[in-house]
Formats: sequence, structure tokens, C-alpha cells
Amino acid sequence: MKLIYKNIEKDGCGSIGLVPEESEDMWHAYNLIAEGDAVTASTVRKVQTESSTGSSTSNRVRTTLTIRVESIDFDTQACVLRLKGRNIEENQYVKMGAYHTLDLEQNRKFILQKVLWDSVALDRVEAACDPTATADVAAVVMQEGLAHVCLITPSMTLVRSKIDVTIPRKRKGFVQQHEKGLNKFYDAVMQGILRHIDFNIVKCVILASPGFVKDQFFDYMMQQAIKTDNKLLIENKGKFLLVKASSGFKHSLKEVLQEPSVMAKISDTKAASEVKLLESFYTMLQLEPAKAFYGKKHVEKANEALALETLMISDKLFRCQDISKRKEYVALVDSARENGCDVRIFSSMHVSGEQLDQLTGIAAILRFPMPELEDSDLEGDSDVESD
Amino acid sequence: MARHRNVRNRSYSDDYDYDDVYGHSVEEDNCLSPSDTSQWMYDRSRNHQAISSFLENHNDIQEETEEEPLTEPSRPELDRRQSSDLRCLSLTEADEAKLLSCLDELRNILGDTVSENMLIQTVLSHKFDFNKALDALLSNDKNKPKQTEKIKEQSRAPPLVRIEPAKTVINVDKTPKVIATNNEPTTVGVIKGFKVEQDGSSGSRPQTPRDQSPTTEKSNQAPSKVKEKNDPNKQYSNERGSDKDHLYIVVIGHVDAGKSTLMGRLLCELGEVSQRTLHKYEQESKKIGKQSFMYAWVLDETGEERVRGITMDVGRAQFETKTKKVIILDAPGHADFIPNMITGAGQADVALLVVDATRGEFESGFELGGQTREHALLVRSLGISQLAVAVNKLDTTNWSEDRFNEIVTKLKIFLKQAGFKDSDITYVPCSGLTGENLVKPPNELELCKWYKGPCLLDVIDRCNVPVRPVSKPLRMSINDIFKSTGTGFCVAGRIENGILNKGDKVLVCPIKELAEVKGISINDLASNVAFAGDQVSVTLSGVDMQNVSVGNVLSDPVQQVPVSSRFEARLVVFNVKVPITKGYPILIHHQSLVESANIVKLKALLNKSTGEILKKKPRCLGNNSVAVVDIEVCRPICIERYKDVKELGRVMLRVAGVTIAAGLITDIYDT
Ligand SMILES: Nc1nc2c(ncn2[C@@H]2O[C@H](COP(=O)(O)OP(=O)(O)O)[C@@H](O)[C@H]2O)c(=O)[nH]1
Ligand SMILES: [Mg+2]
Repeated sequence: MKLIYKNIEKDGCGSIGLVPEESEDMWHAYNLIAEGDAVTASTVRKVQTESSTGSSTSNRVRTTLTIRVESIDFDTQACVLRLKGRNIEENQYVKMGAYHTLDLEQNRKFILQKVLWDSVALDRVEAACDPTATADVAAVVMQEGLAHVCLITPSMTLVRSKIDVTIPRKRKGFVQQHEKGLNKFYDAVMQGILRHIDFNIVKCVILASPGFVKDQFFDYMMQQAIKTDNKLLIENKGKFLLVKASSGFKHSLKEVLQEPSVMAKISDTKAASEVKLLESFYTMLQLEPAKAFYGKKHVEKANEALALETLMISDKLFRCQDISKRKEYVALVDSARENGCDVRIFSSMHVSGEQLDQLTGIAAILRFPMPELEDSDLEGDSDVESD
Repeated sequence: MARHRNVRNRSYSDDYDYDDVYGHSVEEDNCLSPSDTSQWMYDRSRNHQAISSFLENHNDIQEETEEEPLTEPSRPELDRRQSSDLRCLSLTEADEAKLLSCLDELRNILGDTVSENMLIQTVLSHKFDFNKALDALLSNDKNKPKQTEKIKEQSRAPPLVRIEPAKTVINVDKTPKVIATNNEPTTVGVIKGFKVEQDGSSGSRPQTPRDQSPTTEKSNQAPSKVKEKNDPNKQYSNERGSDKDHLYIVVIGHVDAGKSTLMGRLLCELGEVSQRTLHKYEQESKKIGKQSFMYAWVLDETGEERVRGITMDVGRAQFETKTKKVIILDAPGHADFIPNMITGAGQADVALLVVDATRGEFESGFELGGQTREHALLVRSLGISQLAVAVNKLDTTNWSEDRFNEIVTKLKIFLKQAGFKDSDITYVPCSGLTGENLVKPPNELELCKWYKGPCLLDVIDRCNVPVRPVSKPLRMSINDIFKSTGTGFCVAGRIENGILNKGDKVLVCPIKELAEVKGISINDLASNVAFAGDQVSVTLSGVDMQNVSVGNVLSDPVQQVPVSSRFEARLVVFNVKVPITKGYPILIHHQSLVESANIVKLKALLNKSTGEILKKKPRCLGNNSVAVVDIEVCRPICIERYKDVKELGRVMLRVAGVTIAAGLITDIYDT
């Protein structure tokens, strides 16, 4: 994302101009824009003009609209962000107060006006505009008959292709159907890789599976590449990294990202560090349960006692429609930071973020044990929070 | 499989190319090496000796072969075919023995260059005179050329012993019987009409003609059964009352404990594997430097498995004991293939745990991270309570009694914790490689000194067959889907509940599409009906193969299996590295289904023994705890409350390749 300008008053009110440059930036925009904000962007409108003779012609014009956002839709697959709301600045084509849909487009400037730019939002702008964010990694987790071709960007894990086929089992007299099915499956995975992975961008392609599936697949793919003289694959052979995973389900990416050989290559990605962090939370819960808590109430109590060492919080909580709720979470983050706590905002688009979302969206490791929290039944209503 | 149906629809198999047909009829069966292929497979330009001799002697039978489906998925495997081939010749026992010994002699001289058929025919036509037969075989080549034309006509028929099932059919057609007898099991719980005790020889001979024919007979008498349909128990006892019980046994244990070898050897000792096949395995395994795996090859059939020397998917084979027909499921021991092992164990009645007695090896398989524990826990959680433990490879310890006792003591403690009753476990010292104490009492002096118990075969024979819930509504979970030769496609799996008749309409769940059962085959033999406990393949029509997937359930269309994506379960947590919290992503294994799921709610922590609630809404579940939780699956699946259908009411929870908990479904939510 490119920052064009930033104009924020002392009271936090103001506007920022941004240009999304890649699909990832749509995700950032999605996390920045909240209901009630005003967004200005250019869009293409169909305009009917009536000539003096009475015949009407319709042509497309590009015009700039400003709407008060009422609903926000993000299509994770296509990375399209669609905003709906009323027009609040009249122009020659669009009436005041008319409903309009605005699709944010890549490489087109938009201006976001907020009544209050809180610290979380400002951090997001900063992170989005950080040019050093690491390059993309592709990962294929697979098992016999199931594969997920994923793209791991700094703040998103996108399943680009899911291959789910039934492979006949090995059975007496049917070994060949099994092997044929397997080859078909490999072929589908290979097509998925060719179609969805841009080797110019991706610095490493992880192939992960239990058993020998990954090795067999890699052999198959390279054989096919040689057979069909596929330069792309042959030239990028060195980018493939084969590691173990326990299954072909998306979640096994968590194991993959913890593999030392993978860590060595992509250690600086947000995805990997978040996995590690969440894992350390679970380890603490096992070893010293009084130093690991989840759920808003418990964590807030721990924060009041200045006990927070690491706070993990999902960005999903900041997207909630209830402004006062968001305020509470922002306040928690700000106060924790003030108290010297390491605050990590997890991307709910990564596997560990997904898991954190399920775990009320908020978890913390404490500096010192607080067994009194364990016994309190505060967390009873944390079920409600997570929904 | 409906045999006649396939015949009628032969033209439908056009979508199989020639290689397919061939592959199915010959190669896949035996995993032939190229050298064998040259002899077994038909290649007009090269070797048609097998066919020509065959045609010469058997034009009449060959006609039948034409009608036989080429790629029937449920044929008996090669070894059985060979032996049943002998049966078709209706020889007396004495003649059969003579024939067998002649064959062995001839093979010693001729090696694998002459087909089995040809050998048999030649021996027969020379009245078991070994020398004459040999002469005839050696001079046989002259007959070849003139047969070419005929071969062309019949080129779709594989040059194999395929006559035999056809011949069985002929017999049956001539003498249609009315009373159903069958080679399928009854259970302890069902009253048997009468029980024919088989003499000892049936254990070592593959099926006798008596055993074999009834299955095919049944295809002629579907109508007579319709009225019985209302009383499942009656139908069951009618069908199965007089036959040996079927016992499904899963073989489990750490990788390299010798499971496949033990089973392979057992089958060999029982005569289920022909000398010829074994010889071939020996040669070929030697070739790739894996001779110690020659017996394992009986069960490890894919090239991948053989090259790597490990079982990857469940291997199946069957044999008979005095009172039972035993179907073994050889599970993979390697941690990576536990999902396959779970599928196998989910279909079994009892388990055989194999441990490696070699010093150090038992220990490493038994320690944390070894599969001995995980497998034992898994089968117990899957509802298997009877366990035979083969303390294997005792040959490496010079049949030391101390070592045996040491292992038994350690296992006893653990297995008790795992929930097995001492009285349900039998420990047998043995060696798969040397064949000691498998089918007959030990010869080994060192072992005889201290071991007086039964051999492995007897232990298996003494296992109890569980009651088959035949009168409950039909449930069959699908663990395999493959193309059949005719129209439709096949699904394989185990019937958990109820009865499945040919022609039945069944509901494929969760997609809820109605399908018609076009054919059933049990252990590779066509049948008109199958009962709870049977492992069957079912030919379906009326649904698209693309829409059916592993883990789906064939259900009674009226009393349907519940479909939901959210349920409540009572978990027993195993040894876990990190505690289970809400939101914990897991894979659930339910029968053959593996699906990603989430523990969405921890409802209560229970006292392990009393079941009373210790804490409501616990923060997390640690090692060995018992708890009630809600689980949400990423898409709807077919499940049952444990109290309704045990087999469909169990789930295994796995994370990162480790089984973390086992659960019983206590409630199913509408979703
Ligand atoms: N000495 C000895 N070796 C055995 C015995 N049984 C199996 N083995 C060897 O153990 C290895 C593993 O056998 P395999 O059957 O593949 O084990 P699985 O993984 O449990 O199926 C092979 O090399 C066998 O030859 C035995 O009784 N004695
Ligand atoms: Mg094995």
C-alpha cells in the first residue's frame, strides 16, 4: 500500500489517502474501513444522457464518489472489497443520499475519513505500507486424495486451490486402479500449482505431506516437466522444499510453518511467528496453567494486575460492527502496551489466527501466575464473545 | 457383484481400454514382474503357448469364459483361483494330492515358463504320470502356430484359469437348490440351524467345493427370499446358520514388528499361497535386496510398499480355522499411515497385536512415540475388546522364556490401563519368519521346554465372534469407491447394522441420494444378501460416482442415519503434549472418514471413574482427562449416538499425526 497523505487532528479525527498496490492491500483496507467511515474513491458509472431529439444514449464515465459506509464485503478468494453506502458529496452524476456500491480497485487512490483513528488502525496503516514485508511463500499440503494449494502472504493464507478426489484403495486385483487414481490426483495438484503459483513472486514452494506422497508427487511432477518440456518447473526446481506434515488438511500448515527447514527460509513471515507464539501459549497452558489465559475477562483482569507479558489478539475483534466493543479492545491493547506487554495482532487469515478466533480471539501469557483467575468463573460468558 | 449383470453389460466396459482390461484380469492380481508378465499376459506376437494349449483342450469351457466378465472386481485372487481350478476338475482327494505333487515336481524342472493351466491339463491327460507329462510339455511347442486365428477371436479373454468361476456357474445352473446354504458366518448370538463341523483338513486346504458353490447358487434364488425379508434374524439364520462364523481380525503393532511377514507366513503354512507365487516373491524380493520381506509380499501388494518394505494401506487376506472363516486386515504400522490403520481397525472384530521381541526393538516400539501403544489404544477405543498378542521374532532371542515373560509383564500393565480385560488377552510366542508356533505346536526345542499353550491359529480360532446387529436399520459406511466393469460403480465397506439385499434401494448419505443395489459381493464372492458384520463391495446405480465419497454411509431410506455437522461427545483424552482448549482444530476420524473439525465448547470435566461432573466449562483438558465437549465438523457427516449404533458413534481425534483423544457421540445437534 502506498501512503499518499495523512491528515489527522489531535483528537484523532482526520483522513488518510492510500493506494492499494496488491491484493493483500485489500485485506488491509478491509481491516481499516469500518461502518460509519467515509470513503472517497473513483468508480465507473453508467450515465444515461438524453439528447435534444429525445433519443437516449448510455455511456460509461469515471467519477469520484464519497460514501458513508454502511456495509463492507470482502471476497477472500478474489480479494475484492465492496463497500455500500449513501453518497454524501453530490456531483454531476450522482445525487446526494443515493445508495451506491464502491469496489476498491488496485492502483487507484482512495481516501478514508474516520472520526477516530485509534492506535490499532494507525498501526495497520503503518504495517500495510511497510515495503520490507517479506515475499510470498506457496505451500501445498497434501495426502492421498486431498491437497490444498496455498499462498502465504505476510498477512494472509489463501487457499488457491483445493483438490479433493477419491482414490480407489489398494485391493487385490485393483492395484492399477489405485495407481491410476493416484496419478490423476498428482496431475490435478500439478495443474493447481502451475495455475496458481506465480514463480516470479514466490520465493519458495513448500510441498508437505505425510509419508511419501510429497516425494512421489515431486518425482511425478518433475518427470512430467521433463516430458512436456515445462521450462517453468524445471528452472524453478530449486524453489521446492519438501517437508513433513501430518495430513493434507489446511490446518497442517501449522506444522509445516514450524519445521526448522521452513523456518530457516521464511523465518520473518508473520504466519510463522504467529504459529510459534500460539504454540508457546499452549505449552504454557500445559506447564503452568496459571500463567496462560484466554477470553476477554480473564485477560483484562490479568492486565489490571500488570501481569501481561504477551498479548495475542485477533484482528477480527477490531472489525466488529459494535464501535464500543472495538473501543474496549483498543483500550486493552493500548494499556497493555503501556505496561510493557508485547502485543501481537494476529491475522485471522492465517491458520493460527483462525485458531485464536475460535479461542475467543484473545489469549495471553503472563509474567507471573495468577491462580486466583483460574478459579474465577468469569470466563463463563466468553462463549458469547467469540460468536 | 452380479455376475450375469456384468455379462449383459459387457459392451459398457468399452471405456476401459485394452490395457485396463488386461491389467485387471491379470496383472493387478499378481503384481507380476515383467518376466512373468511375458508369460502370463497375452501377447500375440510372442507367447501364446498358454492360450493355445488351453484352447486345444478346453474349447467347451472357453465358451463360458467368453461370458465371464473380464474385469469383475470381486474375483477370487490368484491363489484361490488356482486351487479352485483343481476343484473344478472334481478330483478325488487322492488324485488331487497326486496332481499337486506332480505339479510341484514339474515346476522344479520347468520353472515358471509353463502356465499353471497347461501343467494341470498335461498332468491330467497323462494320468498323473510325471515323466510322460514332462515329455509332453517339453514337446508341446509344436502345437502353437495353428491356434493363432482362434486366439484373435477370443483375444479379450484372458489366458488364465478364468474358466473356473464359470464352471461353478454351470454346475449351479444344472442343479438349482432351494435351500440357502452359505459360507458366511453366524454369530454367537444367533441360534444356528445346525452346525457342520469341518474336519481338520479344511483348515489347510483352501475352500472345499462344498464351501464354494452355495454363494453362486444364491444368485438363482432371490425370489424365494422376499417373504423372509421381514424377519431379519430369521433370514440371517437361514442364510448363515450352517456356516463357519466370519471373524475379522486386524493385525496391529509397531512398524517392522513383523506383522505382514507373520500373516504372509501363516497364509503360506495354511496353503493359501501357492508354492509358485511364493517362489516368485522369493526371487523378486531377492532381486531388489529385500528377501527378508518375501512373506510380507503376500500382503504388501503395491510396488511402493514392496520397494520400501513397509505396509502403507491395509492388506487383506483370508483363511479358515476349524470353526471360523478368518479375514485378516494387515494394518500399516508406520505412524504416517495411522489413518489407514484406523480404517482397518474400524472394520475388525478382534485384534492381533504383534510385538517384536528382539532386544531393544520391543522397547522402542513400546516407548512413547512407538506405535504399539497408540495402536492398542486406538483399537480399544474403536470398540475392540479381544486381543491376541503375538510375541514375535522370538527366534532372535533364542526362544528365551525370560524375555517372553518380561514382555508379557510389561504389556499386561499397559493393556490393562488401556482398558483391556486380562481374560480377553492371549499371549503367544512365535516367529513369523521361521513359522514357529503358527499353525501347529512348536518344533523348536527351546520353546517346547516352556511353552505349552496353543499355537497362533488356535488362539485365533478361539476368539468370540460378536453378535451381528442384523435387525437394526441398514447402515454401511463406505471406505472405498472404485469402478466396476459394467454399469454403475462399486463401493466397499462394512455393514454395521442390518441387512442389504440385492435390488434394495438405499440412501447415500449425507448427499441423500437414492441408489439401487445392483450387486453385492462378500470377500470377492457374489452374493444376494449381506448382513451386519460383513465386509462387502456393493455395485450401485442411480447415483453419480463423483458425488459419493469415502466416509459416506449407505442408509435405510426410511430410518435414515442422522446427518449433522455438530455433535456432543464424551472424550477420553490420551497423553497430549499440549492441553485441549476450545477452538482447538482437530481431525476427526469416524470410520473411514477423516474431516477437519473444531472443538467448539468444553462443557464439563468428568471424574474418570464415576462420571460425575468435576468442573463445568473447564478452561482446558489435560492428559488422561474425561470430558464432555461439543465438536463442529467443517461439513455435515453421518453420525449416530453411541447408544444407538456403536460403530457409528465413535470418533477419534487426531492432531499433527497424533491421536489425542477418543470420543463417544452422546448427542447430535440439528444443523
Ligand atoms: N528374525 C526374525 N525376523 C522377522 C520375523 N518376522 C519378521 N521379521 C523381519 O522383520 C522385518 C519387517 O517385517 P514386516 O513383516 O514388513 O513388518 P511389519 O511392518 O510389521 O509388517 C522383515 O525384514 C522381516 O524379515 C521373525 O519372526 N524373526
Ligand atoms: Mg507390514
